[in-house]
Amino acid sequence: MKIISKLWIFIGALIVLSPLGLFLPEHFKAGSAWGEWGVDEMQQLVGYIPKGLEKLSSFWSAPLPDYAFKGWEEKPFVSLSFAYIFSAAIGILICVAAVFIIARLLTKKDK
Amino acid sequence: MHIPDGYLGPATCGFFYLIMLPIWTTASRIVKATLNARQVPLLAIGAAFSFVIMMFNVPIPGGTTGHAVGGVLVAILLGPWAACIAITVALVIQALLFGDGGITAIGANCFNMAFALPFTGYYIYRALSYKAPVGSNRRVIAAGIAGYIALNIAAGLSGFVFGIQPLLYKTASGQALYCPYGLNVALPAMLGEHLLVFGWVEAIVTALVIKYLQKHAPELLAEGRKL
Repeated sequence: MKIISKLWIFIGALIVLSPLGLFLPEHFKAGSAWGEWGVDEMQQLVGYIPKGLEKLSSFWSAPLPDYAFKGWEEKPFVSLSFAYIFSAAIGILICVAAVFIIARLLTKKDK
Repeated sequence: MHIPDGYLGPATCGFFYLIMLPIWTTASRIVKATLNARQVPLLAIGAAFSFVIMMFNVPIPGGTTGHAVGGVLVAILLGPWAACIAITVALVIQALLFGDGGITAIGANCFNMAFALPFTGYYIYRALSYKAPVGSNRRVIAAGIAGYIALNIAAGLSGFVFGIQPLLYKTASGQALYCPYGLNVALPAMLGEHLLVFGWVEAIVTALVIKYLQKHAPELLAEGRKL
């Protein structure tokens, strides 16, 4: 089998395994990444919400926030894992499409 | 390491967008001049790999989480300019679709993870593997060390950018406007956790994949076919 096909299978395996990135932090009671707290956490950490941060933090409303469906924060782990795998697959599909489009644009001009 | 919206002030965000513009255009120009149609699938795999490896959050028990970026591996296989494009694609999609990293901070996040990381990683790997045969262990070790150092440089840079915010933006009463933690907190926090844990993840991932490719696709590791 060609190496490129093997690498695609490897990416596919990573997509399926991606919920490990949810499970391990949960299991070991690890919180947010440093500097990636939401406004509520910020209130707890420093006792106030910086004014500019409060304004800018809601600047963008992502369609799949934190690799989950909107309003799924309280769903059981199995559902969240499903959303995580779905997010990984969609994200990768768009990544791949974007690279092919960029490559197309870059190689087209001189021909 | 994905700085969210609201942690950096407007001038900082603008500054990094301004810095990234010439880097992105140079990357496009260089990749355009050297892109071989057969390498495009590998570039797509590079972006996909970087995207998904960043979803593997690794916990520090009872503490924070972090992750590898996979960018050093992409730089070793395709060169640092192509890696810059691949990682930028992953970071922009993470920000737009998944709210992972801020829209206003795309410039800063790309500078740390799509520029500083692949470039330092690439040149450290090149220096350490200088004249080493394609199948040698020295290449595996060089890849690991490059991954470790490069991820820590990116983490240190983001700690620095976080840390200068309270110096730049304050209300009259002394409250921070954006990131409230100064250099004395942000820098040791970001560097410490990456030196201790997450740097090793990048090192191991990079070294293992290089080891695998030595066996199954040594032609990908040969010099002189970089984008």
